[in-house]
Amino acid sequence: MNPQDRPSHSVGSPKAASATPVLETRNLNIYYGSFLAVREVSMSIPNNQVTAFIGPSGCGKSTLLRCFNRLNDLIETFRVEGDLNYHGQNLYAPKVDAVDVRRRIGMVFQKPNPFPKSIYENVVYGARVNGYKGDLDELVERSLTQAALWDEVKDKLKTSGLALSGGQQQRLCIARTIAVQPEVVLMDEPCASLDPISTLKIEELMHELKQQYTIVIVTHNMQQASRVSDVTAFFNVRLTDTGKRSGYLVEHDRTENIFQNPKEESTQEYVSGRFG
Amino acid sequence: MTVRNPSSVTRPRSDTERILDQSFLWLTRLLAYAIAAVLLAIAFQVLVQSLPAIQRFGVGFIFSQDWDPVKESYGALPMIYGTLVSALIALLLAVPIGVGIAVFLSENFLPLQVRTVLVFLVELLAAIPSVVYGLWGIFVLIPILRGFGVWLFENFGWFPLFSTQPSGPGMLPAGVILTIMILPIITAISRDSLASLPPELRQASIGLGATRWETIIRVLIPAAFSGIVGAVMLALGRAMGETMAVTMLIGNANTVNVSLLAPGNTIASLLANQFAEASGLQVAALMYAGLILFVLTFIVNIFAELVILKVKKF
Repeated sequence: MNPQDRPSHSVGSPKAASATPVLETRNLNIYYGSFLAVREVSMSIPNNQVTAFIGPSGCGKSTLLRCFNRLNDLIETFRVEGDLNYHGQNLYAPKVDAVDVRRRIGMVFQKPNPFPKSIYENVVYGARVNGYKGDLDELVERSLTQAALWDEVKDKLKTSGLALSGGQQQRLCIARTIAVQPEVVLMDEPCASLDPISTLKIEELMHELKQQYTIVIVTHNMQQASRVSDVTAFFNVRLTDTGKRSGYLVEHDRTENIFQNPKEESTQEYVSGRFG
Repeated sequence: MTVRNPSSVTRPRSDTERILDQSFLWLTRLLAYAIAAVLLAIAFQVLVQSLPAIQRFGVGFIFSQDWDPVKESYGALPMIYGTLVSALIALLLAVPIGVGIAVFLSENFLPLQVRTVLVFLVELLAAIPSVVYGLWGIFVLIPILRGFGVWLFENFGWFPLFSTQPSGPGMLPAGVILTIMILPIITAISRDSLASLPPELRQASIGLGATRWETIIRVLIPAAFSGIVGAVMLALGRAMGETMAVTMLIGNANTVNVSLLAPGNTIASLLANQFAEASGLQVAALMYAGLILFVLTFIVNIFAELVILKVKKF
């Protein structure tokens, strides 16, 4: 799908939280074996916005994020109950091809994880496995430019992606993800291992990228959530009867509401730093 | 010189600790140098003992097909050829199988318990004594391969590799037994290097919409390449040096025959067969042959390092 084909009315529009959601969950339960890791999540991810997932460790925000592109399929005991819809199509319906899902919904990880290949090969990897027929050189330049990395690496595209600094590696990973031209980019604590300057660059990048992509970011950094996101979902964790920790969605709303005027007391406590 | 720390948690290191620390460093250094010294000593001894043969036959030893203790005329070409060919057969068969097993066992196609048992079984292959392999080869493998050899000869006899009537022992059974013997080396080391790859690599590839197959071929195997090449080279060293099983299966014919169905000989097998009755110049000739084997494995190892360097740019 070409990002330019999508309706433009929601781009940057402040009321877009109520526009047609790209992703929507209804009573989604996530299990590892018989253990209910995340319970009863019902929320929607708005188009061309940045949605932030915040919450204390173990609240299941990363687990939920990984459901969105079926990356949890790699874990054998993992299963979901309830609905997780992508444009109204249940992602976990039997006939849905997980590989196809991941081509539309990309992922950037906590630790920068470029392949031990050249910068060029890193960027074109997704295109190659997806049988992209276009001009790879152009794709590399476009993706690296979008990821704000082109100027820094244009003279050394043949050198190893691992030779870059941590922040550059992470932008390379973002370039690699958007080179596939997904509709949604999932980011799992993308700045957790980066210095403040690199973090700032990636946050600026997110503002740029949301023009074209829907972004979901998991972050432990509440300032980051308030800086980059339009919508914030707060997750919390509670002990089950058996003493295990089970995550749940407390509330989600416009970011300014979550940070300034949350409905739930636990949200207020968390965003003001009183726990978590 | 000691630094006084005002807090009482730390105390200055005692002299004993310093000396222990230093002596440990020297001990490990000594051990590291000792292994190099042993290698050099062996190489030197082999060289000295082979000098009479080197002086008598020179480089021609490598190209001569004679091995005649009566006339005292020696040449190692058939054995060099046999060593390389039998090892090559073993690699051609064992690398795809071994890497395939390694991939399979490093992925989660099977429950962990089953995989653990399989890994153990493959490694157990390495524990079977060489002579047992030889015995099994004579009584089981050769009868099985004979039928296959006859079929090859009858249908593809025009092809040089299958151009002789199979006689039982020969290059092919030796190569196949070597395949089985080096399989655990290739499998175990390749599997270890695949299993030690960071899980993030796999996730990144899967997350970009690659299938599992694409992830294995395009990311995991290239990332584990140096480990796999290391495994292959170790296996090649073993294949070239393997003695007992090969001696029992290769037929010990000191001739160069292109056909894989014909008997041949390897350097290691030659040494094992002849050292007991050898004396004088024959001992020197055997040492010379041993020296060549030494050099061959050395070249193989250097070549492996070059391959790794070439690929390991990233």
